[in-house]
Amino acid sequence: MDQCHDHPFKLYFNPNVIKLMIEVKDLYKSFGDADILKGISTTFEKGKTNLIIGQSGSGKTVFLKCLLGLFSHERGSISYDGKVYSQLTEDQKRDLRAEIGMVFQGSALFDSMTIAENVMFPLRMFTNMSKAEMEERADVVLKRVNLSDAHHKMPSEASGGMQKRAAIARAIVNNPKYLFCDEPNSGLDPKTAIVIDNLIQEITDEYNIVTVINSHDMNSVMEIGEKIVFLKDGLKAWEGSKHTIFKTDNAVVTDFVYSSNLFKKVRKMYIEENQ
Amino acid sequence: MIREMFRKPTKWSVMKHLILKDIDDLIIGSLGIVAFIAFFVGGVVTIQTALNISNPLIPKYLVGFATRQSIILEFAPTFISIIMAGKVGSFITSSIGTMRVTEQIDALEVMGINGLNYLVFPKVIALMLYPFAIAIAMFLGILGGMAACVYGGFTSLEDYIIGVQMDFTPFHITYAFIKTFVFAFLLATIPSFHGYFMKGGALEVGKASTTAFVWTSVMIILLNYILTQMLLS
Repeated sequence: MDQCHDHPFKLYFNPNVIKLMIEVKDLYKSFGDADILKGISTTFEKGKTNLIIGQSGSGKTVFLKCLLGLFSHERGSISYDGKVYSQLTEDQKRDLRAEIGMVFQGSALFDSMTIAENVMFPLRMFTNMSKAEMEERADVVLKRVNLSDAHHKMPSEASGGMQKRAAIARAIVNNPKYLFCDEPNSGLDPKTAIVIDNLIQEITDEYNIVTVINSHDMNSVMEIGEKIVFLKDGLKAWEGSKHTIFKTDNAVVTDFVYSSNLFKKVRKMYIEENQ
Repeated sequence: MIREMFRKPTKWSVMKHLILKDIDDLIIGSLGIVAFIAFFVGGVVTIQTALNISNPLIPKYLVGFATRQSIILEFAPTFISIIMAGKVGSFITSSIGTMRVTEQIDALEVMGINGLNYLVFPKVIALMLYPFAIAIAMFLGILGGMAACVYGGFTSLEDYIIGVQMDFTPFHITYAFIKTFVFAFLLATIPSFHGYFMKGGALEVGKASTTAFVWTSVMIILLNYILTQMLLS
């Protein structure tokens, strides 16, 4: 770690200093008779934007909610920094959750609070900061997500993109070790979606955190997918990065990722360029 | 749910604001409708009683007596509570239910916050002030009865006041407030349960509000019977 202090943003490029952060082993989850997750194993590393992709109904959201502890799993294990989640006490689980930032699909901002109050909420709950300190910190993160003029707006007065940025600000305000995003681009126009993608990637680099994104937006996959886990019918069908996804001949992945003619052409061009 | 509500309590500096906000929303915000209903239903109770006493041998001051007994024993604690099940209960269910639908409760849980303590506990504490609203309803009900009686020409003011003061049993007030505390707890917990554990979307929020109102009313009526049997018979 020490040798990389001058270049914190490049940390994840050096394989010697990557620290494994979230490890999933043989995860099973079912609802009644329906098996949703059927033995998923993977790892999510620090400083990388990890994407979980797959068709609707493939188990992405259930997988993410299992990672967050919102759903309990039947078999397998999820470890955060070597601590097996299911073996933690309720208090330890809550302490761990305080280190997690989450951006929900619908932003999940508290609609009775202004955007600034939403951002300060984790600080009010988990720190002993004074009001002035909290306001200062909220100011910093709101500036970071380009929302410096939205402090006093209510969530209902903000656009979809502003709500997503406010949700990101709330997720990072308490310096989390883990950032989870559930379809952060859903409902956004392509330009705003790219802004959100880039923002998440920049924050992952700056804060050197584990970021796990649940998405079915192929632009996101190509833009920020440093690690991609492809789920199909509750199984991990493929794992790689935005670079290897172009070259894969896995039919299940190519059927999903290159379902549009545009992406088929892009892939063809990429392969031709790299031959 | 009730046991979980007391686990991992929210910081007091945050909790006191939540309690004050819920007092404002649930108690202060209901005083207007409670006062309006109490005053006019008190008047109607008096008119009905006066019109049904046709025997000239029955003293006129019994109108005041009957009004006081009806309002203190049943109308203020029970009837107002059923109205509050509609007003406060559906507010609690729909506000918590909407938070569930829009993943705001998931957001609390992901942050490591005990959602039940954060959302339900302040409502339970706030509704412990509900007996004050009922005390106001009792006063205004009797006042409404007096206004109807005097201005409607059914009895004189003196007769009404004599009736209101006649054979007063202080335990009836205790009985009414014991019921009110129990109903306050029901008003806070049943709608919260239906909101917190609901599944689905906006349509289900509406259904949960209706279900919460029905169950709160049913429980109020059942417990009213049980408590009356236990405390007065």
